[in-house]
Amino acid sequence: MTVLASTLVPLQAVAFALVALGAPLVVLTRDPLRQALVNGIYGVSLVCLFVVLEAPDPALSMLVVSAIAYPLVIVAAIARVRAQERKRNDE
Amino acid sequence: MSYLPYAVAAWICVVGLFGVATSRNLIHLAICLTVTQSSSYVLLLSVGYVKHGGAPIFKGTKPGSTAVDPVVQALTLTDVVVSVAVVALILALALDAHRLAGTIDPDGLADVQG
Amino acid sequence: MSRRVRIAVLVPALAGLGALFAWAVAGLPAFGDYRGPYGYVLNRIVVPLRHTTNVVMGTTFDVRGVDTMGEEFILYAAVVGVTLLLRDEVSTRRVERHTRRLRSDATRLVGVLMVGGGLLVGLWLAAFGYVTPGGGFQGGVVLAGALLLLYVVGSHRDYRVFRDEHFLDPLEGLGAGGYVMVGLAALASGTPFLTNLFGLGTTGTLASGGSIAVLNWASALAVTVAMLLLFAEFLKTYETPLEQDDPGS
Repeated sequence: MTVLASTLVPLQAVAFALVALGAPLVVLTRDPLRQALVNGIYGVSLVCLFVVLEAPDPALSMLVVSAIAYPLVIVAAIARVRAQERKRNDE
Repeated sequence: MSYLPYAVAAWICVVGLFGVATSRNLIHLAICLTVTQSSSYVLLLSVGYVKHGGAPIFKGTKPGSTAVDPVVQALTLTDVVVSVAVVALILALALDAHRLAGTIDPDGLADVQG
Repeated sequence: MSRRVRIAVLVPALAGLGALFAWAVAGLPAFGDYRGPYGYVLNRIVVPLRHTTNVVMGTTFDVRGVDTMGEEFILYAAVVGVTLLLRDEVSTRRVERHTRRLRSDATRLVGVLMVGGGLLVGLWLAAFGYVTPGGGFQGGVVLAGALLLLYVVGSHRDYRVFRDEHFLDPLEGLGAGGYVMVGLAALASGTPFLTNLFGLGTTGTLASGGSIAVLNWASALAVTVAMLLLFAEFLKTYETPLEQDDPGS
């Protein structure tokens, strides 16, 4: 393992650091509704990382999925759980 | 410093697994699983990066200029689609479990009989 | 085992996993020091060989086309699984009640404009997928999102056609099956499965790539309809009257 000059540009280091910071934030948010929002922000930080790593196709995929697909299924699941709770409490 | 990207991927994987194991809510568990899956995207794209390489799209740039690896980007695309499918299925299972067992807590599901 | 015991076992296990991971990645080449031959080979040969300027899409739909076929069917299987799991036992109570309309006219106006914009952006992303960054999957999800926006700014009635399984199921089959059909057509003409049979066209325009264009549109259709079906299953909760703290409106 030779010692190389670092090939990590400062922009990439910042993008990696933001992603490394965002992951524990998503896990530590316990309420699912808030976690859906934090997950969206984590998705945007992942998109920034992918763009900085010269990967536009995965960046577009991640952007589209974390802005449209994830919030929809998560929020719909939360709403359905609440509806089922309400129905159970009524019985 | 050159190994920071791989360390970040390992950190995200471990954090996501911690979230999955200590979760009190099945929906929270599904989202922590997506965090673990995102560690695989970071690792794949870090392995494929070429120093001073551009994006592997050659419209407007000269073909033959240095570009990053396109194979890992194709793998990451498939990975993102699989992640959506997995989250949708896990949430459907969570809804079903909640309807049958009355609780969304993974620890509470152990008491379901038959 | 109880929660405390579980966490007490988890932390050393995760530390061990982290150590193994660190040992594994220490053997990788340093970041940026790419050694494998496939990246260099593909970047040089895909453009002259397939006339697509987006090498990632050329790889996804041609060089590694079988993987993408598997991905289409993963999405298809997920939709089937979700439909089966969320099937209502009392399936006759499909009463359509009016959702509360959005009160703000400004929001509705912006939403309606965004539906049109979203449809155009989705179609553009899907169409030019093999020329510039984009592709069938990205464009498909944007299209599904734009159609869902129709539900958000409109009402059940406007959106009803996109929740109708009888309309969506054949389209899903067309998308996923169309992919396999293109591969089988290659097989029927004596060449291996998923060979690029159609004419290759001019690099950098829409008319390039041969069967990559057809597979791109098949996957866009499959992904759009799969997303709409998923949304339809998860949205069945909104058939009951909404209340004050509903996160959906």
